[in-house]
Amino acid sequence: MSQEELVAAARDGDQQAFEELVRQTYAATYTLAFRLTGNEEDARDVVQETYLRAWKAIRRFRGDAQFSTWLYRITANTSSSMTQRRSRNRADSLDDQGPEVVDDRPFANPEASSEASALHQRLSDAVAELPPKLRTIVVLKDVYDLPHEAIAEELGISVAAAKVRLHRARKRLRDVLFDERGGVARAV
Amino acid sequence: MSGEVLLVRCEDVALILPRAVDVGEPVDEAVQHHVNSCLVCQAELARYHKLLKALRTMRTQLVMPAPGTLAMTLAALQEAQERRAIRSLVTGRRGAYIGAIGGAAVAAGAAAAAVALARRRAPRLAG
Repeated sequence: MSQEELVAAARDGDQQAFEELVRQTYAATYTLAFRLTGNEEDARDVVQETYLRAWKAIRRFRGDAQFSTWLYRITANTSSSMTQRRSRNRADSLDDQGPEVVDDRPFANPEASSEASALHQRLSDAVAELPPKLRTIVVLKDVYDLPHEAIAEELGISVAAAKVRLHRARKRLRDVLFDERGGVARAV
Repeated sequence: MSGEVLLVRCEDVALILPRAVDVGEPVDEAVQHHVNSCLVCQAELARYHKLLKALRTMRTQLVMPAPGTLAMTLAALQEAQERRAIRSLVTGRRGAYIGAIGGAAVAAGAAAAAVALARRRAPRLAG
């Protein structure tokens, strides 16, 4: 069954079709939730809440956008609501290694791959270090390519505010990755 | 950068580049002209392009959840689906009960009225 067929079946109330959609999209949704929240526990809760909301709303999904894009918007909205509710004063455990990151792109040139891998790791760390409001925007726009209007709507802010936050986030990431005074750029 | 006729400074351009790097974003002509002739700003623009390219590839780097996370989500989903099914069943039965009770009430009222009317019409025995 294709994803379109699964979505159609789920819209008609087929629970098994929806569960299959969950299985197919789970890793991607979890990845977005993790990038938005910055920690595994919140990411788990966001993903669970996202799929519960999606199940309730699946009949209203018109298919104008891809199912994954629709899911990303729900994830962004859920994450935003959750982070507003929760205290950010969570102490990180020193022995916490974080989740395993898997690059699912085809294998390419090993040297280029190694350099790119180093850059990606630093970038992931830099994104995770951003304040939540900046991190959310840069992840949704520059990583997941959601339009400013959709981001603004899901986060309950103006398009202008979304753009300002995005530009601040990019500037910070640029400083962390390429500013030689920070000592990071030498490895880039 | 030094030979600009229009006074655009690299510091000003640096503030604009996080926005200007987006395709289709309008950029002032003087700024554009400056970047075209300034190696410092061109290098800075290249950094932003590299940053955006790296950010886009983050989408393909999946973060794997801890084992059992998917199962937990599916279990929560099934629970919610069962709750919804029960609620839907209860709502449907509630309608049937209300309809039945209403019908019974109307029937009882009609019967009581008929009895009362019959009593009123019945001939009284001479005392």
